Amino acid sequence: MTPTLLFVQSLNGLQFGLILFLIAAGLTLVFGVMDFINLAHGVQYMVGAYLMAAFSAWTGNFGWALLLALPSALAVGLLLEALVFRHLYDRDHLDQVLATFGVILFLNQGVKFVWGAAPLNVPAPEWLSGSVELADGLLYPVYRLAIIVAGLAVAALLYVLVNHTRVGMLVRAGASNAPMVSALGVNIRRLFMIVFGFGAMLAGFAGAMVAPILSVEPGMGDNILILAFVVIVIGGIGSIRGAFLAALMVGLVDTVGRSFAPNLLRLFLDPATASQTGRAVAPMLIYIFMAAILFFRPAGLFPAKR
Amino acid sequence: MVEPLLELRHLKKNFGALVVTDDVSLAVEPGELHAIIGPNGAGKTTLIHQISGFLSSASGEVLLGGQDITRLSMHERVRRGLARSFQITSILPGFSALENVALAVQARSGSSFRFFGDASRERGLNELAMDCLEQVGLGDRAFATAGFLSHGEKRQLELAIALATRPRLLLLDEPLAGTGHDDSQRVVETLRALKSRITIVLIEHDMDAVFSLADRVSVLVYGRVIATDTPVAIRANAEVRTAYLGEEV
Amino acid sequence: MTELAQTRSAPALPFGRRFELVPVILFAVFAAGPILASASGAEGYVLSLLTRVMILGLAAMSLDLILGYGALVSFGHAAFLGIGAYAVGILASHGSEDALVQIPVALAASAGFGLVTGAISLRTKGVYFIMITLAFGQMLFFLATSLAAYGGDDGMTLPERSRVAGTALIESDVAFYWASFFCLLVTYALARAVVASRFGRVLRGTRENSVRMEAIGFQPFRYQLAAYVLSGMMAGLAGCLLANQTEFVSPAYMTWQRSGELIFMVVLGGLGTLHGAIIGAAAFLLLEEFLPEILHTLGFMLQEDMRARLVENWKMIFGPLLILIVLFARGGIMGLWRRGHHG
Ligand SMILES: Nc1ncnc2c1ncn2[C@@H]1O[C@H](COP(=O)(O)OP(=O)(O)O)[C@@H](O)[C@H]1O
Ligand SMILES: [Mg+2]
Repeated sequence: MTPTLLFVQSLNGLQFGLILFLIAAGLTLVFGVMDFINLAHGVQYMVGAYLMAAFSAWTGNFGWALLLALPSALAVGLLLEALVFRHLYDRDHLDQVLATFGVILFLNQGVKFVWGAAPLNVPAPEWLSGSVELADGLLYPVYRLAIIVAGLAVAALLYVLVNHTRVGMLVRAGASNAPMVSALGVNIRRLFMIVFGFGAMLAGFAGAMVAPILSVEPGMGDNILILAFVVIVIGGIGSIRGAFLAALMVGLVDTVGRSFAPNLLRLFLDPATASQTGRAVAPMLIYIFMAAILFFRPAGLFPAKR
Repeated sequence: MVEPLLELRHLKKNFGALVVTDDVSLAVEPGELHAIIGPNGAGKTTLIHQISGFLSSASGEVLLGGQDITRLSMHERVRRGLARSFQITSILPGFSALENVALAVQARSGSSFRFFGDASRERGLNELAMDCLEQVGLGDRAFATAGFLSHGEKRQLELAIALATRPRLLLLDEPLAGTGHDDSQRVVETLRALKSRITIVLIEHDMDAVFSLADRVSVLVYGRVIATDTPVAIRANAEVRTAYLGEEV
Repeated sequence: MTELAQTRSAPALPFGRRFELVPVILFAVFAAGPILASASGAEGYVLSLLTRVMILGLAAMSLDLILGYGALVSFGHAAFLGIGAYAVGILASHGSEDALVQIPVALAASAGFGLVTGAISLRTKGVYFIMITLAFGQMLFFLATSLAAYGGDDGMTLPERSRVAGTALIESDVAFYWASFFCLLVTYALARAVVASRFGRVLRGTRENSVRMEAIGFQPFRYQLAAYVLSGMMAGLAGCLLANQTEFVSPAYMTWQRSGELIFMVVLGGLGTLHGAIIGAAAFLLLEEFLPEILHTLGFMLQEDMRARLVENWKMIFGPLLILIVLFARGGIMGLWRRGHHG
């Protein structure tokens, strides 16, 4: 367990956590403001990655592709909202879970239909490829650093939007007391659409950003969706701040846990058992973490609703 | 003096900065019907919530028959003989009226961890439940689905459910609210019949009912008990008249 | 009877009171399964499809016990299927091949898991409950993928079906069919008794108004937990059967998608009727099985390659179909049936 390795893994965890945050932010707002449980949020992330792949193949330029992918992801989100989600807002959570589950089936197959089942690759832009030397002999890929920077920038932007704009104020009010907001004469449908579209675009952005480092394939949104749910539940539903902290925690616990659980266990167990148990425990860590947090705080770390 | 059945000692409750129950001390003697009156927002419902364990208290004590029940949860208090009705009707809407009551009977007779045998056909439970329904004048509606009863009938059903737990102390939160004249007469008669058998704490806005039923009346204003006395004395109390009765009577 | 259709879930009247046609027909069809299968000309295929329907029907029914009667939306129910299946697989790989050992172990393991995770999950409400059950399901899924000794990601093949008291009683597909039928029938009868019992009445009452239940002296948590454990054990039994049918055990039995499918089966059939869940499972599996062929037939005027593409991408139709069912068929298949019968 060298310090260098720990540092690199922490950076990876940070990067993963920020991606999770981009997805979880939209999810927690949609959830908090509309009380709408959207399983299809993960496929928005997948759609973002596919759009990125498509546009990047078409334009041959990372920047243009990103610029085209974002509004397209937004359009897909708004289309889904109008066709499906809108009709589910006043249904119970069970119906919402099921109908959005149907959307997942459709879109997972839909991308196969359009782009085939084989994974796609997206090249990272020239100026972000390669590695930098962070410290003596410590190389780190530039593109991953770029993701960290972009993630932090979006988090900052989100902070400003939520805390210092009128829409942001309505969103915060909506998350703690939605009937109140509509009683104040705010067009709640439009607010929902804005929040929804914005959330879809953030998830799409996350997908577009990871496209060069992951393979773009059907179903890639499914597991990340579950992680995003873990994040918002830990953070407290409806709380952006909670989502941010929880995303970083989950990212770090997962990434660092995977590489160090066997080492840590070696302190208590013989090496063979330790590495086996470690590999078994590592992927479960965040779920244990979540169960532990909910055990002590049944409404998450920063509950937005009273 | 007899030991009070219910005793509140320096009970407090606040919602944030709003103090809703402000140092309430009160003794309800066995067998009496003790009415609590006060303007809207005085904290009457909150007090009932605290006594029944639906809400926890910030400080102070609740004693039932001399035993401290302050820390007990709602269902434990029920098992010690404390039943309540809700100001906002709370029933099982999908169950028949009879089953609503039969469940309350079931709660105090034998284990409910029985996995076999049709509960709805347990004669012992149904007979006692029917008894309670008849006491409140709802016998002929026993098989109606509770959610489809009229508002007045639902209030009567709540009373029957509370009775079925065989309480020593019954807490009633505005049982007459929203009922028509006939229904309300019926509930008053039911209470009159009950008061010889059960100790009752009654919250009610209908002053005719309060003054005809109550043995003693406490007046709650802004979370404080400003007077506790016989109905006659309360009517004559100048402070009460200005604080409360003046605006209504 | 008219008021029954009003509530979304279980009817107000308990079951014992009236004769019910639907479950009788349902089990008659299952009982005729082997005959139907041999008449169909594709005996092995039909028999194995029907066996699968019964096994997943059992799992869906167990979920209905807490979802339909307790309003507990558990999103991790597939975990119990996995526990049952792995109990069979792990014991078999250590030489315990007898169902009389495997099933009790599976039931005990399911009960233990249900007790621990249920006690934690039931502290939370609503969406948090959905998510924490999902998290426990995922935990078990990842645990299974890391069990290198038992196949890890890939799972493991069973050497043969479980033995019963040392004999190869359920080795043939027909015998296994009857074994599954027997399990389903007994569990169904048990579940119906439970639902109508004192315990079941408290559970149903808690679903409708848990504050009211507390105000008459019940502690909802204890009953919900017991129901959760019971339901988990039933699903564990289904897991044992599933492993035996496919003679294969893998983490794929407990993906969160599988949990989602189980919820879907229950809702499709109609919440809070027990047999509705079995019918929902049947409808779901048959749709999944035959939708490609239906599409093939419907696409007769398309060109051959377009037609093939349509069939290949049948899930693109399946997904929207699910959405339409949620949006328009409230009360599920049992709801439609009831409406049809009572105007
Ligand atoms: N859950 C709550 N949160 C905040 N304030 C409350 C809550 N419940 C009651 N209150 C406030 O406490 C005061 C007393 O309410 P309540 O006990 O219902 O009065 P009453 O029954 O005498 O009309 C009111 O001002 C009410 O607005
Ligand atoms: Mg009140």
